[in-house]
Amino acid sequence: MRVELVRRPHPSALYGALSPFLALLITATLGAIMFAILGKAPHLALYAYFIEPLTEVWSLHELLVKAAPLILIAIGLSVCFLSNNWNIGAEGQFIIGAIFGSVLPVMFPEFRGPFVLPIMLLMGILGGMTYAAIPALLKAKLNTNEILSSLMLVYVAQLFLDWLVRGPWRNPQGFNFPESRNFHADAVLPEVISASGRAHYGFVFAIIAAVVMWYILNRTLKGFEIRVMGQSPRAGRFAGFSRAGTILTTFLIAGGLAGLAGISEVSGAIGQLRPVISPGYGFTAIIVAFLGRLNPLGIVAAGLVLALSYLGGEAAQISLGVSNKVANVFQGILLFSVLACDTLIHYRVRIAGRPSAEGQGV
Amino acid sequence: MRNTTKFVLAAVAAFGLAGQASAAEVKACFVYVGPIGDFGWSYQHDQGRLAVEEEFGDKVETAYLESVPEGADAERAIERFARSGCDIIFTTSFGYMDPTNKIAAKFPDVKFEHATGYKRETPNVSVYSSKFYQGRYIQGQIAAKVSETGVAGYIASFPIPEVVRGINSFILGAQSIDPDFKLKVVWVNTWFDPGKEADAAKALIDQGVDIITQHTDSTAPMQVAAERGIKAFGQASDMANFGPETQLTSIIDDWAPYYVERVKAVLDGTWESQDVWHGMAEGNVVMAPYANMPDDVKEMAQETEAKITSGEFEPFTGPIKKQDGSEWLAEGEKADIGTMLGMNFYVEGVDDQLPQ
Amino acid sequence: MIEAILLTIATAATPLLLAALGELVVERSGVLNLGVEGMMIMGAVAGFGAAQLSGSPWVGLLAAVCAGALFSMLFGFLTLTLATNQVATGLSLTILGLGLSGMLGESFVGLPGLKLQAWAIPGLSEIPLIGKLLFAQDPIFYISIALTVAVWWFVFFTRAGLTLRAVGDSHVSAHALGLRVIRIRYLAVLFGGACAGMAGGHLSLVYTPQWTENMTAGRGWIALALVVFASWLPWRLVAGAYLFGAVTIAQFHAQAQGVGIPSQFLSALPYLATIFVLVLISSNRRMTMRNTPASLGKPFVPER
Repeated sequence: MRVELVRRPHPSALYGALSPFLALLITATLGAIMFAILGKAPHLALYAYFIEPLTEVWSLHELLVKAAPLILIAIGLSVCFLSNNWNIGAEGQFIIGAIFGSVLPVMFPEFRGPFVLPIMLLMGILGGMTYAAIPALLKAKLNTNEILSSLMLVYVAQLFLDWLVRGPWRNPQGFNFPESRNFHADAVLPEVISASGRAHYGFVFAIIAAVVMWYILNRTLKGFEIRVMGQSPRAGRFAGFSRAGTILTTFLIAGGLAGLAGISEVSGAIGQLRPVISPGYGFTAIIVAFLGRLNPLGIVAAGLVLALSYLGGEAAQISLGVSNKVANVFQGILLFSVLACDTLIHYRVRIAGRPSAEGQGV
Repeated sequence: MRNTTKFVLAAVAAFGLAGQASAAEVKACFVYVGPIGDFGWSYQHDQGRLAVEEEFGDKVETAYLESVPEGADAERAIERFARSGCDIIFTTSFGYMDPTNKIAAKFPDVKFEHATGYKRETPNVSVYSSKFYQGRYIQGQIAAKVSETGVAGYIASFPIPEVVRGINSFILGAQSIDPDFKLKVVWVNTWFDPGKEADAAKALIDQGVDIITQHTDSTAPMQVAAERGIKAFGQASDMANFGPETQLTSIIDDWAPYYVERVKAVLDGTWESQDVWHGMAEGNVVMAPYANMPDDVKEMAQETEAKITSGEFEPFTGPIKKQDGSEWLAEGEKADIGTMLGMNFYVEGVDDQLPQ
Repeated sequence: MIEAILLTIATAATPLLLAALGELVVERSGVLNLGVEGMMIMGAVAGFGAAQLSGSPWVGLLAAVCAGALFSMLFGFLTLTLATNQVATGLSLTILGLGLSGMLGESFVGLPGLKLQAWAIPGLSEIPLIGKLLFAQDPIFYISIALTVAVWWFVFFTRAGLTLRAVGDSHVSAHALGLRVIRIRYLAVLFGGACAGMAGGHLSLVYTPQWTENMTAGRGWIALALVVFASWLPWRLVAGAYLFGAVTIAQFHAQAQGVGIPSQFLSALPYLATIFVLVLISSNRRMTMRNTPASLGKPFVPER
């Protein structure tokens, strides 16, 4: 018995809508089996994962806090990926964005006023762009592979942040512990509805970015250029598009959004710089970008789902006493199911008993 | 109709049964920064949690979250615990300090215990820490007695006061025996990476040290020392299994007495906010059995341990000079708590420059 | 002392080299598997566990190889049979591997492991300076060197290797020529998984004979970067892995000597050095282009 794929003439709208639910069903089934093996009541586990985090207002806020950086970064990355630029260093761009954005509240804490926050956000974007420009320029000018350079720069950024908060940027009142001073009130990104929870404007930025990017990609010449350069660079060059220009543009977009995510996270959710400010958002966002099918609006949904899986994992740890490892495995199952089900959008699956006569044996 | 009623009753009963788990009087919750399988920092905190379960049985229910990153996730994890009916929440990493205080302000009825920090902004927050440096002093003394080359290697994680205190205490102990004793320090910039820690240990041994001590969490340096036939000190847990012929002793973080005491205080209704720094006297710092050393060295170590435990002796007692030769503590003077807490300078004799 | 340092470098470089060799073959076939870290950690836990249960580190090594290979088939099924996105699937594989290994390894925490003993070749291992480095090493070191030569020979001097490269450069043309694209890619992925598993086994059986969660600590990612660094050429992989290992070890020695540079900057050196050398290499654009598999990362479904 073999599994064969037959390409559909057009992507199936039916499965486009249906596949997430199918994936959920598969995840629930496999998850239930896993939990049963572990001796936990499957229905309680699934409830903890998918429903419990959505039943309380504070938890919904937390969902948005967790999803905001994932979505912001993933939108930028999707532009890179569409143009065939493998930027996997968003984690580093996130960190440098956070550092640039923190210059004002950390080095000039006396400087207050309504201008502080906008300047911080702009500096954050600038920081992310600057850091993304390094692999972009290396690729455009010297043909250096961006997978390696962007990944290696992540580690460099992490160590640089570490040095900053333990050395020059250490909180003078902090007993020499590794952290910057706390941001003053003018430097804190406000909460959207502070009465009910701590979701900050980072999520609003994410939504705006998604809509703007959707427009750019689908309705402008620049968006067309990005797609063409990704799918067929030769054709793009004939059309007069510049390879170096596309590389630079897409990296700067990705870096800028990652930087914005970084400063939003630091200013909105943490309130100071710390040796570690991201639990790997830059890498998780790569998954989010593809789960969202590289479509800005899809990415919003994917970011929320992934954020839910983190929150659900915690809920299950507490209510069922399963370990964090189980939560990771369940997340893996979820991701695989979603990816596998998306296959149905572009292909029909045929189970063949024997190799079909005209086809190649696989 | 009657069937429906029956069903509803059965459902209610079922829910009641499900809720039976919370028949416990107190729920104690723990937030860990690493996996409980690290056999180091988080593992030891979890041993403390298990001791609480053991001690109180059905009266106390416990829950934990492991590998909770410091940053935005910590606040969520702590708030979730506060909302899920925990009566006391232990947040066991320095980076949880601000989130702990923030959530504590929101939930005045829940008790919070933050490890290794210094902020207590509301009356329902306590901070606790451990004087691990006391054990380091004994290690230094042992090292100076046992070493043939007169140089020990120190695998350090990050330049924070906690680690710097340990290095200073070690060299003070060593120089109380051999004033010329030298210490080489290598910073690996990680709490946990067995491979890197092993590489650092090898580098130190190749540079001529014959004693390894570590302030990182994995057992890898112990194994390297065993392989190269030198002696080493364990960290956080008793690592004798990884070097039966190698481990001289180990500083064990034993959180059990403190956790049991604090949960009991909640049970009795006597819990109050406090700022404690426990050490050998309180059973918080425990030395693993002294092994692989001559009997006289062992006796000396035990003697020092007894003195520290009884409070007769304190490692940071003058005269002590700073690394640059300037005087820090005069004869008989003891270090004040602020300097201890924020220590960011070496004492004389450390062969390293402290990253600033 | 130099001898000892070289040995340390070799130990640090061997798992990187092995995992990267596997990934090189995978990528030569046109598949980008970002799940190296996940396969590696599965190899580490399986290797440790099997060695504990059987009492033989050799059984452990075999189990590590099998676990890596088996785990890679999950990736193979999704990306090759179901044509899912390779980047996302690989990353998910890493998440799953880190979780699953932690689950399986829970009871191994705190146990000392069994070490795969070194083989000293009498006579040769007495040669000063390089004797110990080349002839008194653990068996996996010898395997890693032999495998480098084998992969180099296979990729460039065999018909099968030509087929592999053809599939990686253009799966459409390869398919038109009657090559079984999917089957070849399955085999490449399987080989990649086995190598990553062995690299993990090296960690838990030679490098640091113990099991702890996340003990790969990002080495899978470095291996991935090294494949790019090497421009998909096996012998450059050796250079890359040993360069990375050497800079890592050198900075520890610099610290022990007491240089006054912040350790964070020293820790960043291996990453910066890798970028720097790659920039130098890649200025030769023609050569880089020639070796980059053109179909890398693109899913293939035979049209019928």
